[in-house]
Amino acid sequence: MTIPKDIPEKWFPIILPLKRKKEGLSNSTKIRKGTEEERRLRANDREYNEKFQYASNCIMTSKYNIITFLPVNLFEQFQEVANTYFLFLLILQLIPQISSLSWFTTIVPLVLVLSITAVKDATDDYFRHKSDNQVNNRQSQVLIGGILQKEKWMNVRVGDIIKLENNQFVAADLLLLSSSEPHSLCYIETAELDGETNMKVRQSLSVTSELGDPNNLAQFDGEVVCEPPNNKLDRFCGTLYWKDCKYPLSNQNMLLRGCVLRNTESCYGLVIFAGPDTKLMQNSGRTKFKRTSIDRLMNTLVLWIFGFLVCMGVILAIGNAVWEKEVGALFQSFLPWDPPVDNFLFSAFLSFWSYVIILNTVVPISLYVSVEVIRLGHSYFINWDRRMFCSRSNTAAEARTTTLNEELGQVEYIFSDKTGTLTQNIMTFNKCSINGRAYGEVMDILGAQKKRVQPLDFSAWNPLADRDFCFYDQSLLEAVMVGEPAVHEFFRVLSLCHTVMSEEKKEGVLVYKAQSPDEGALVTAARNFGFVFRSRTPGTVTTQELGKAVTYTLLAILDFNNIRKRMSVIVRNPAGRIRLYCKGADTVLFERLHSCSHELMNITSDHLNEYAADGLRTLAVAYRDLSEEQWEAWAERFNGADKATDCRDDRLSAAYEEIEQDMMLLGATAVEDKLQDGVPETIAVLSLANIKVWVLTGDKQETAVNIGYSCKMLTDDMTEIFIVNGHTVQSVREELRKSRERMLESARTRDGGKEVEAQGWGGACAFGNGCGAGGASNWVSNESKCSPPQAPPSSFLESISGEFALIISGHSLAHALEADMEREFLETACACRAVICCRVTPLQKALVVELVKRHKKAVTLAIGDGANDVSMIKTAHIGVGISGQEGIQAVLASDYSFSQFRFLQRLLLVHGRWSYLRMCRFLCYFFYKNFAFTMVHFWFGFFCGFSAQTVYDQYFITLYNIVYTSLPVLAMGLFDQDVPEQRSLEYPKLYEPGQLNLLFNKREFFICIAQGIYTSVVLFFIPYGVLSHATQSNGVPLADYQTFAVTTATALVIVVSVQIALDTGYWTAINHFFIWGSLGTYFTILFAMHSSILFNIFPKQFHFLGSAHNTLGQPVVWLTIALATVICIAPVLAFRFLKLDLKPQLSDTVRYTQLVLQKKQKPCGRVGRGVGGAGVASGSALGRLGRGGSRRSGYAFAHQEGFGELITSGKNMRMSSLALASFASRHSSNWIDTLRRKKHANSTGMQNTPPTGEDSAASSQAPPLSTSSSPAGKAGQACYEYVLTHSPDDIALSVIRSPEREVGEYSTGTVQEAPFVWKGTGARINGASSPGPPPIAEETSSGE
Amino acid sequence: MMASSYSAKEEDGHHSGPAGLGAATRTRKPDNTAFKQQRLPAWQPILTAGTVLPAFFIIGLIFIPIGIGLYVTSNNINEFEIDYTGTDMSSPCFNCSQNFSWNSTTPCKCVLSFYLDQPFESNVFMYYGLSNFYQNHRRYVKSRDDSQLNGDERSLKEPSKECEPYRTNENKPIAPCGAIANSMFNDTLDLFYINPSGSKTQIPLNKKGIAWSTDKRVKFRNPGGSNPNLTAVFKDTAKPVNWHKPVYELDSEADNNGFINEDFIVWMRTAALPTFRKLYRIIQKNNNMTPTLPRGNYSLEVTYNYPVRSFEGRKRVILSTISWMGGKNPFLGIAYMTVGSICFFLGVVLLFIHHKYGNRNNSSDIAS
Repeated sequence: MTIPKDIPEKWFPIILPLKRKKEGLSNSTKIRKGTEEERRLRANDREYNEKFQYASNCIMTSKYNIITFLPVNLFEQFQEVANTYFLFLLILQLIPQISSLSWFTTIVPLVLVLSITAVKDATDDYFRHKSDNQVNNRQSQVLIGGILQKEKWMNVRVGDIIKLENNQFVAADLLLLSSSEPHSLCYIETAELDGETNMKVRQSLSVTSELGDPNNLAQFDGEVVCEPPNNKLDRFCGTLYWKDCKYPLSNQNMLLRGCVLRNTESCYGLVIFAGPDTKLMQNSGRTKFKRTSIDRLMNTLVLWIFGFLVCMGVILAIGNAVWEKEVGALFQSFLPWDPPVDNFLFSAFLSFWSYVIILNTVVPISLYVSVEVIRLGHSYFINWDRRMFCSRSNTAAEARTTTLNEELGQVEYIFSDKTGTLTQNIMTFNKCSINGRAYGEVMDILGAQKKRVQPLDFSAWNPLADRDFCFYDQSLLEAVMVGEPAVHEFFRVLSLCHTVMSEEKKEGVLVYKAQSPDEGALVTAARNFGFVFRSRTPGTVTTQELGKAVTYTLLAILDFNNIRKRMSVIVRNPAGRIRLYCKGADTVLFERLHSCSHELMNITSDHLNEYAADGLRTLAVAYRDLSEEQWEAWAERFNGADKATDCRDDRLSAAYEEIEQDMMLLGATAVEDKLQDGVPETIAVLSLANIKVWVLTGDKQETAVNIGYSCKMLTDDMTEIFIVNGHTVQSVREELRKSRERMLESARTRDGGKEVEAQGWGGACAFGNGCGAGGASNWVSNESKCSPPQAPPSSFLESISGEFALIISGHSLAHALEADMEREFLETACACRAVICCRVTPLQKALVVELVKRHKKAVTLAIGDGANDVSMIKTAHIGVGISGQEGIQAVLASDYSFSQFRFLQRLLLVHGRWSYLRMCRFLCYFFYKNFAFTMVHFWFGFFCGFSAQTVYDQYFITLYNIVYTSLPVLAMGLFDQDVPEQRSLEYPKLYEPGQLNLLFNKREFFICIAQGIYTSVVLFFIPYGVLSHATQSNGVPLADYQTFAVTTATALVIVVSVQIALDTGYWTAINHFFIWGSLGTYFTILFAMHSSILFNIFPKQFHFLGSAHNTLGQPVVWLTIALATVICIAPVLAFRFLKLDLKPQLSDTVRYTQLVLQKKQKPCGRVGRGVGGAGVASGSALGRLGRGGSRRSGYAFAHQEGFGELITSGKNMRMSSLALASFASRHSSNWIDTLRRKKHANSTGMQNTPPTGEDSAASSQAPPLSTSSSPAGKAGQACYEYVLTHSPDDIALSVIRSPEREVGEYSTGTVQEAPFVWKGTGARINGASSPGPPPIAEETSSGE
Repeated sequence: MMASSYSAKEEDGHHSGPAGLGAATRTRKPDNTAFKQQRLPAWQPILTAGTVLPAFFIIGLIFIPIGIGLYVTSNNINEFEIDYTGTDMSSPCFNCSQNFSWNSTTPCKCVLSFYLDQPFESNVFMYYGLSNFYQNHRRYVKSRDDSQLNGDERSLKEPSKECEPYRTNENKPIAPCGAIANSMFNDTLDLFYINPSGSKTQIPLNKKGIAWSTDKRVKFRNPGGSNPNLTAVFKDTAKPVNWHKPVYELDSEADNNGFINEDFIVWMRTAALPTFRKLYRIIQKNNNMTPTLPRGNYSLEVTYNYPVRSFEGRKRVILSTISWMGGKNPFLGIAYMTVGSICFFLGVVLLFIHHKYGNRNNSSDIAS
C-alpha cells in the first residue's frame, strides 16, 4: 500500500556549481572544497563551525538579480557565437570604406533577437527566484540557546540542532539525536531520494537518545568528524566524540534531506551537511544544458556556412583585386579610389569585408530566434494537449524545457524507472488459488461477452472491510460464507503470517502499516474476506475471524529474506494447537511440501503459471501442524541458534529450514503490481516504432522481471533471457560473453526463420487498424521485410535474429560499466530487445544512460518519477518526469512531465514526430531561402566590379528575413502535419525517419543549399538576360539598377512564397493568411517605400522613388518574374513528384490514403477507425489472457528482512499498545546491528543465487530465466518449450480458464502431464512425440 | 474478463488520485479548441499525378504560345546599332578618341554614315550605349546626394560626404556633386537623313520625355523653389570637375535646365550592368504616311567629348522602335518557348514514368 504523501513540495535539486563559484564566498569555498577531506563540526557551536565555512542551507538556482541581469545576460548572450558574430558585423558596417549596407540592416534584427532572449531569460529566472525563495523560506525549528526557534531553512547552519515533526521534510542531512518514539527509532520515507516508498527505520545512538528534551540537547556539545560531502546515499561514516568517548556513526543514524518523517511524532537531529552539500543535492548531478542533435547539426552547418562565406568572400576579393588592377585602375578618371586605398590589394582586402557583410545573410540571424519560437509553440501544443491530460490527478502534460521538442521525434532508447512509472506502486490482491480452485476470474456465462461485474460489496457483512478493496469473484465470498475449511485456513494464513502493523485509532477504522505493499495487499484481502488482522503485541496476534475475535499466541516469526524467499509464523491458536503458517515463493515452498500435497501442488502450479504469465506476483501459501513436542524440540534448537554468537544467521536459517518441512499446501495468491494505465500497449507501440525500452529500477530482480512480463517487455516466446548477476569482474565478463555467444549461436541456427518472423511482425504492426488495415499491413510487412538487409550484416548487432532479453543486477552493472567492459556490455545489451537493470543506484542509472548516449549516437530518453531518477533524467538527452506520487523532484529535473506513462507514446509519436518533421522542414526551407536570397549578390559581384554592391534595396535586405519570409515558414514550422495524429499512433513505423535522422541531415542540407543556389542563379540571370535589352513601353531602358533590384526582389519573394506553399502540407487558415499576407505585405511595403511621401521626408534614405510603380507596371517585368518562378519551381516539382511516385515514404502513403478516404467519404472510414480502436483494446486484452507459456515463477515480493525480529522484540510498538513491554528483552537488544549484518550478508548472498528455480533440479526446467552461466539449462529449455506447445497439457491450460467448465475435468490430464514435464526429461520426449495442435493454432484458439 | 486486465474506468471508480478532484478544484484540462488541439481545419494538398502532370502540361501550353508571341513581336522591331568609339584606325572618330583631353575647349567632331535597310515605321528611340562602364560599382552608385538633387538648399551648400572626392572644388561645393554627376555623358549626337539627292536633312530629336516622370517631377528639383534665375541659385557652387559648363547651362529651356535636365536625370539613373544603354532622344513620328526613318543613308554627327578609351569602354548609338513589350528582346521569347517545351516534355516523361513505374498499388488496396 502506498503511504499517502503530503502535498509534494518544491525541491530544487538543481545546483549550479558555476553559480557557487560566482558567489562572494567563492574563493574560500573553492579552497575548502578542494581540501575538505573530513568534516568536523561541533553541535550547538556556531562560532566553532563557522571557521570551516561550510555551505549554508540556502539553495540558489537563479542566475541573476535585478542589477546584474543586463550585463550578465548580455555577456552570456554574446558568448553565443552567432550574437558575437553579428556584433562584429555591426562594427564592420560602421567603417565607411567597408560598409556595403547600412548599419540598421544588422542592428534591427540583432536587437530584436537579443531582447527576445533576454525577456525569456528574465522570466525563467524570475520563476527560479520564486521557487528558491519558497524552499529557502520553509520553516524549521532550530534549537538556539536552548530554545526552539522558528528559522527559515536557509538560515540553518551546520552544527545546528533542529526539531522535525511528523510528515515534515528533512531540511538538511541530519544526525538523528533522539526521537519521540521508543528506543529513539524514527521512520522515514525516502521516496524522494531513492524512489523506494516503503518506510525505513533509523535509530539514534543510544547515548544521544537519552537527550530527550530541548534543555538537554542545548547542552549537547558532541563533536562529529565525518567524511566530506559525497553522493553515496547508503553510506555514511563518521565518529561522534562526546564526553571523551568515541561513537561510530553510520547511515543508520542519518536522516537525509529529502526524506519525510513518518509515524514519528518528532525527532531531533544535528545538521551535518547543509544545502548544496547534502546527499540529495550531491546526487542530483550537474545541470547540463541540453542541446538537441539538430542544434548540434545546425551549429556545425552554421560553421560550414561561415566557411563557405569566407570562401565566397575570398573569391570575390580576388575578383576585386583582378578587377581593380585591370579595370578599376583605368576607370579612375570616373571613379577614383577611396582615400586610404592606394592599390588594388588593399581594395581587395576591404572588399572581402564588404562581402562578408552583404553575404552574411546566408547565416540568418533570425534562424536561432525562429527555431526558439517554433519550439516554444510546440511546447505549448504539448501543454495544451487534452489527450495528455490526466483528469484523475488534474495535471496536464508540461513541456518544461522548450529546447528539445524535435528530439522527441528521434528517440531510440527509453530508460524507464519501474516503480511509479510503469507501475502505480499499488498492489492489489487479484486472484488466488485455494485448494486447487482458482478464484478471481470473472466471466459471464456467455463467455464471449465479457462484462465488467460490479466489485463485491464487503461492507454489508464485514464492518471492518476496507472500502478500497475490490474483488469481483462472488464464488470466493460464497466459499468463505459456506465455510470451506481450506478457504478459511488460506485467509487465516494471510491474516497471521506477515509483519504488518495495524493502527486502530478509532474503533473499526483499521490502518495497516505494511513494510511491503505486497503484504499490505494480502492482509487487506484477508481482512475483507472476514479474517481481520486487528492488532499485535510481540507475543500475540489478534484477529477477528468472521466477526469473532481470536487471539493467537505468536510463538515465532521465521523471518523473510531473499535467500529463503519465504516467511513463516508459528502460532498457537486459542484451542492450543500449534501451527506453522508459511508463505513464499512457489519454487521454494513446493520443495518443502508434504507428499500428500503433490496433487494439489500440480494444480496450483498450473494456476501459478497462469498468474505468472499474466505478470502477477505470486506467493504460495502452506501450513504445517506441529505437535507440542515438535515445537518444543525445535524451539530449543532455535533459541540455541538465535543466541549463538558465531554464524548466527546460518544457524538460524538451518533451524528454519528444519521446521519448514512437510507442509500442506493451501493455495497461492496473485497480487497485481498495478501497472499504470496502458503501459503494455504503450510499450508495444513504442517497440513497433523501433524504440528500445530499458527498465532501470532499484527494485529487486524478481519484482523487475515480473513487471517486465506484465508489461510485455519480456514474453514467454522470447528466445532467451539472460541474467547477469555476477559479483566479480571475471564472472560478469564471462556471463556477458556467454550470452553473446548464445545469441550468435541461435542467430546461426535460426537464420532460416527470419523471413517468417518478419512476416509475423509485420502482421503485428498492423494490429487494430480498421478499414485500411489491408493496405497498411501489406506496407508494413514489406517495410520490415526489407529492413534487415539494409543494415550491414557483418555487425554483431544485426546478426541477432532471435529475441533476447538481458537482466542485469546492480552489482554486475558496476563491473559492466567499467571502462574495459562497457563496450561489451553495451553490445550485448543493445542486441537484446528488452533490458532490465535491477538494484541499480541513481548514479548507475545515469551511467547506463551515459554509456548508451556516448557510444550509440542515438537519442535517449529517461522517464521516471522519483528522486532516484533525477540523475538519469538529467543525463539522458530527454528527461521525462512522471508527476505522480513520489514527489516532484523528478518533474523538476525533467524536460517534460506528465502523469501517466502511456502519454509517452503520444509525446513521442505525435508531438515528437511532428516537431521533428516541422523543424526539419523549417530548417531546409530556411537555409534554402537565405541562400536563394544571398547568392544573388555573389553573381552580381561579377558584373559590378566585385564592389560589394547589393542587388537589392537595403530595406529589402533588412526586412526580407524578418518580415517578408518569416511568417509563412514559421506557420509551417508550427502547424504543419503530414499525417493526422491518430495515424502516427496507428503506424508507429512513421516514427522511423526521425530515428534515422532522414529529414534533416548533411545530405538534405546540401540539397537545400544546392536548390538555393540554383534559385539564386535563376533569379539573377533571368532578369539579367531579359532586362539588359528590354525597355519600358515608353522606350526607357529597364536595365537601370533600381528596376533590376525591384524585379529581382519581387521574383525572389514570389519564388520563395511558391516554394513555401509547396512545402506546406497542412494549410490552415493561418498558413493562408501568412503566405498571402507576406506577399501582400511585400507589395505594400514596396510601394510605400517607393512613394513620393517618404522620399520627400527623407530624400536620401528612400531614393528608390517610383521604382515599384515604374517597374511593376511593365508586362516584361511580370513575364520575367513568371519565367523565373517556373524555372525555379518546375524542377523541384518534378523531383518531388518522382520521389513520391517511385519511392513514397510511409507518411506519403498514409497521407495519400487519407486523401482517398476523405474523397470517398466512405462511412467505412469512420467505422473502420472505430473498430480499429476497439481492436487495440481487445487485442491487448487477449494478450493479457496470455498463452500457455512456459513454466515460470511469478514470485516477487518487495520485502526486507528483519522486520520479524523487530516485531517479536516489540521495539517498533508504541508503549501504549505494548501490553508486555518487558517481553521485549527476550531478544538481543541490538537488533539493528543484526538487521544490518543480515542485510549485508543477504545482499551478497542474494546475488549469488539466481532467484528462480536455480536451487535444485528444477533449475534446468525453469527455462526463461535460465542464467547465462548455465548453458545446459538452455538446451533443456528449447526442448521444453517444444513440449509445452505441442502437448495436450497445453490445451488443458488454455481451457481451464473458461469458467463454464469444471477444473476437475481436466485436472487429471494436467496432473498426469505436469509432473513429467516438471521433473523428467523422459516425459519431454514423450510429449514431443505425442500429437498435438501446432503452436499457431493454439495461439489463435486462445485468442478467440 | 478477468480482474487483472487494465481499464481506466474501473480504477476511476474507487481510486481517487492524490489531487482529489473535488468540485472546488478547478480542472486544469486544456481547452478543447481546434487550435490548441492542433485540429484546425486544413487543406492538405498532395502531389499526385492528377495535379502535377496537368500542371506541367498547362505550363507548357501557356508558355509556348507566349514565347512565340514574344519572339514574333521582338522580331518585328527594328533596331540599328552603331559603334562610334573610334578604336579602329579606320573609324572616323579615331582621331577624336586619341586626342582627348578634359581641358580642350574646341570640341572634336566626327561624322559616321550608315545605311538603314529597313524603314522605321513608328516612333524611333535613340539610345547611347556604353560598355565596360561600371555605373553599378558600389562607390559609384552611392556617390550622389539625393537631397541636393531634390533642391535642398542646405545640401547644395553642404553636399553629403558620400560625394567625396567630388564634393567640393576650390572650397566651393560642387553642384551636382558626386562621381555619377561628374562622369555625365556629354557627347552630342545629331542625326541627318541623306536624301537620295545628296542633301542632308537634320532629323528633329525630341529631348523631352526621356526620363522617368517621377524622377522629373519629384525626385529632381532645382534649388530655390520657382526661382527661374538658376545662375543666381547656383552662384556659390562649382561645376563638376569634368563638366565643360555649369549645371545651369545644360539647356536653354528653363524647364529642362539645372537638375531637371532630362539628360542629366537619365544619366543619374544608374545602370544595373556595365553594358547599358540610355535613352538619348526620341524621334516622333509626325505623319502616318511616311515612316519615321525611311530606308536610306544617314549620317551621325558626334561631338566627341566623352572619353572611354582609357578604360577600354565602347560607345554606341542605337536606333530602335518599340512594341507593347518594349524594345527588341529575343531572349524572353526564346526563354519562354524553351521553358514551355521543357515543361511539356517533362510532363510527358513524368506521365510515362508514372504509368510504367508508379507506385500506387496501395491506393487501390485502400480504395477497394
